[in-house]
Amino acid sequence: MEKRVTFRGWWLPALLIAPQVLVSAVFFFYPAGQAIWQSLFIPDPFGLSSQFVGLGNFEFLLGDRFYRASFGTTAVFSILVTLCSMIPALFLAVMADRLIKGSGVYRTMLIWPYAVAPAIAGVLWLFMFNTRVGVVSWYLGNLGYDWNHVLNGGEAMGLVVVASAWGRISYNFLFFFAALQAVPRSVIEAAAIDGARFWKRFWTIVLPLLSPTTFFLLVVNIVYSFFETFGVIHTITSGGPQQSTTVLVYKVFSDGFVGQDLGSSSAQSVILLVVVGLLTIVQFKFVEKRVHY
Amino acid sequence: MKRSLLGALAVSTMLSPVAAMAQTEVQFWHAFTGRLGELVAAQVEEFNASQSDYVVVQSHKGNYSETLNAGIAAFRAGEQPHILMVFEVGTATMMAAGGAVRPAYEVMAQSGGALDQDAYIGAVKGYYTSTEGDMLSLPFNASTPVLWVNRDAMAAAGVDPDTDLSTWQNVDAALTALKAGGEECPLVTAWQSWIHLENFSAYHDVPFATQDNGFAGLDTELALNGEAQVAHLTAMGQWAQDGKFIYTGRRNEGGANFRAGDCALFTESSAGYAGISSEAEFDFDVRPLPYWEGLGNAPQNTIIGGASLWVMEGHEDDEYMGAGAFLNYLSSGDVQAKWHQDTGYLPITGEAGEITRAAGFYEANPGTDIAVIQMTANEPTANSKGLRLGSFDQIRGIIDEELEGIWAGDKTAQEAMDSAKERGDALLRRFEAANR
Repeated sequence: MEKRVTFRGWWLPALLIAPQVLVSAVFFFYPAGQAIWQSLFIPDPFGLSSQFVGLGNFEFLLGDRFYRASFGTTAVFSILVTLCSMIPALFLAVMADRLIKGSGVYRTMLIWPYAVAPAIAGVLWLFMFNTRVGVVSWYLGNLGYDWNHVLNGGEAMGLVVVASAWGRISYNFLFFFAALQAVPRSVIEAAAIDGARFWKRFWTIVLPLLSPTTFFLLVVNIVYSFFETFGVIHTITSGGPQQSTTVLVYKVFSDGFVGQDLGSSSAQSVILLVVVGLLTIVQFKFVEKRVHY
Repeated sequence: MKRSLLGALAVSTMLSPVAAMAQTEVQFWHAFTGRLGELVAAQVEEFNASQSDYVVVQSHKGNYSETLNAGIAAFRAGEQPHILMVFEVGTATMMAAGGAVRPAYEVMAQSGGALDQDAYIGAVKGYYTSTEGDMLSLPFNASTPVLWVNRDAMAAAGVDPDTDLSTWQNVDAALTALKAGGEECPLVTAWQSWIHLENFSAYHDVPFATQDNGFAGLDTELALNGEAQVAHLTAMGQWAQDGKFIYTGRRNEGGANFRAGDCALFTESSAGYAGISSEAEFDFDVRPLPYWEGLGNAPQNTIIGGASLWVMEGHEDDEYMGAGAFLNYLSSGDVQAKWHQDTGYLPITGEAGEITRAAGFYEANPGTDIAVIQMTANEPTANSKGLRLGSFDQIRGIIDEELEGIWAGDKTAQEAMDSAKERGDALLRRFEAANR
């Protein structure tokens, strides 16, 4: 049974949500509307002329097998980034939560990477894995492994995933850590008295209680991996080698800002918007059912 | 153009509140940082000091692509600069934008410059002239690919450093000898599409694209999957598999390897001179770019890379006078000669080359004239005048991807270039549609 409380009157709620509506309208609805409008045209770069092509831009994109292939690349990339940023974050949060002394120091250190901008993170990781002067690639070379992400697509994907997930671990850590602190001690103590070991308690009590946080982070991380990882990819691989790290959002950039093809770029933003919208609906419809608040 | 006028006013007042009112301001956006940025600033300062009617205000707007983007975005907002630096691959984009640019030759002539278009080096000028033979932008920095040789590395691997490397056949033999002599990086390259496809095609006098490489019309199609190109890329693909050619990345990443002494041979722009001469702790040589003996019409001439200056529409008449005066100053013999000697870029006029020769610069810096000789050896043909393709920055990206397929051994040269043509042509058709 859901409990509903109904307030009377409409102007106070309207007033209270007005700022949010205004912000959404200016920064989301207006640009999104513009993108949809522009996706129906092929303009020249300088805006001197523009031709109405209807759904021609979408036809052009969906008829391109490389564009279709980048959906697959994006799926692999997003899943990997989400997993690689959430699992270590949860592990670290659990560990930090168990600490009695010095947890503040660990917490601070673990949150630090979040302050690093994606493009800078990209350069850092690129430097470590540089095929010529990189520290990590040098050690790998000593171990007999020839690291070459400029030609090996799998290694390039691994590198951009790690670089994208790294800073994100901090963000996720913060949420998991806060959620862990909110788990009632009494429940855990009761389980402990019943003889449940730490990992048993974790799987059966803590993890289910964390599910709202996990679900929230899942949604947020997928959105992150779709939209905000562009800087990392741009600095590390530029979408290469071949097309192995060309995700959808990188293609939006490269068609719009390198190719000056604003029509195609807008059409891609619209497609991306629809994809992420659908994905979020799916998550709320199916995954949220397993979440206990 | 009221809106853009207001915009221009707004920008000029915003950017330099201290400029004297009597002087007309000319905005100049460029893409140079570091040493090159300092040299540009020095040129601007010298021009400003040389007269009192105009003040040129130079601003750095990021790398080549970013500068072009900034210029385009500013034009859409009506706040464009008077002079915009555009790299050579953006040429077709600018030429197609008739309403956004004003031909450089017009502006320069208006300001009293006796513009003699024949004074410019043919292969440099050709890249930026319209089909009617008018120079639409002023070539600013132009370079061409050459072969850099690490003499010490050659000797260490037991290969005679003076061995003839003028043909790829000879280079092939040298690479085998280098590899056998224990060299781990016999050959490395920068700007693979520019050197091994665009210049390769011009040098062997085979088309890179139909319609005279795009000069004759927007309905051009790529022709880079021709026999000559495929033969070269097949050989390079084999070298990559044998460890004789090391791939380091799409841009000039290989420069770091070469300058550190890690590689024996390096195909790179002649403008690499500044960096190599200051960093290399080994004996090096500049050689002409190799060609395949018996393939096409080689050696024809190589083409340029670099940027030119475009004058943008939507400003006041007296501001155009200032822009013209500045461009005339930049193209004068002494300024050009100094620029050529300081940077390693090509002199854009024959006069600048003569001044440099007369000053004894080439004797003091052997090899610095190789690029000039290589570019001017023959009168350019329809295949070696340059390239004029829309969306070319992005097409280069496609070519890079396909080349990586060859180097990784995933594709044959023919498959890769067929695919590059198919994908590139799709972009050319869109560019044609956008500029119809």
